[in-house]
Amino acid sequence: MTDTESKALQAKEKSELTSATEATRPGPTFTPSVDIFETDKALTLLADMPGVNPKDLSIDLKEGILTLSSHVASQEGPEELDVFREYQTGTYYRKFNLSDIIDQSKIEAELMEGVLRLHLPKIEAAAPRKIEVKAG
Amino acid sequence: MIFRKVSNWPTWNWQSQWEEMERLRRQMGLLTEGLAGRPSTEPSAGVFPLMNVTEDKDNYYVRAELPGIKADALDISITGDSLSISGERKIPEEQENAKYHRRERESGKFSRILRLPSQVDTNKVEATATDGILKVMLPKSEEAKPKQITVRGE
Repeated sequence: MTDTESKALQAKEKSELTSATEATRPGPTFTPSVDIFETDKALTLLADMPGVNPKDLSIDLKEGILTLSSHVASQEGPEELDVFREYQTGTYYRKFNLSDIIDQSKIEAELMEGVLRLHLPKIEAAAPRKIEVKAG
Repeated sequence: MIFRKVSNWPTWNWQSQWEEMERLRRQMGLLTEGLAGRPSTEPSAGVFPLMNVTEDKDNYYVRAELPGIKADALDISITGDSLSISGERKIPEEQENAKYHRRERESGKFSRILRLPSQVDTNKVEATATDGILKVMLPKSEEAKPKQITVRGE
């Protein structure tokens, strides 16, 4: 990743999710692009979710399944008419299966310029406990 | 005489073929719009960032999704009816020992120029960035604004 100098960004349409479960909200559902990396202590997830307001974002971790979802409110005012449209807005939704046990109480989430940064610390391995045998 | 007739045939030069293609494409677009039940996206210019352009009677609004790009990292300029947006998306390196499970987010430079349907008042253009969405408001120039014509009865 050191050759970023010469690289140009390519236009990419958001990938639309087609699932068996029916959405109750009208409009398309997109899967956000993510980076997930792991260190010895924690798992970090970065997700591109432009247009997401922190109060609309829901992050849920239950039984090892992490779910990210957020609705994106329309940015346009009521008087505005389309000239042309290259991207759509809708709901962001993505699920991950986490193999590590996460310390739920220490999860941190931050949303900056439409990028979510989720810090998921792993539970510290239980310290080995020595069992003393008492002589009777 | 035959030669004349042939040359009077609708000119099949590259330009008219292009127009024909464009017409067909629009009709297909209308068709898919009807089937999907929602407006289909216009075939994009294929240049990052993808943009949505809207208008009301006074302004044009250009919006682009630019997650993770700070407002000061953007270079926006306007000349006449051409809006130019360029910048670079940087994704900082994480810790040395980080092992990746997914790496889908992309970084790199971009630059795009957009021709607006009419002239705009270049002095009053405003740009704001919130939640990773850039919004540029471009007031239409006086000549481009619709005029209300009142009909007077005698």
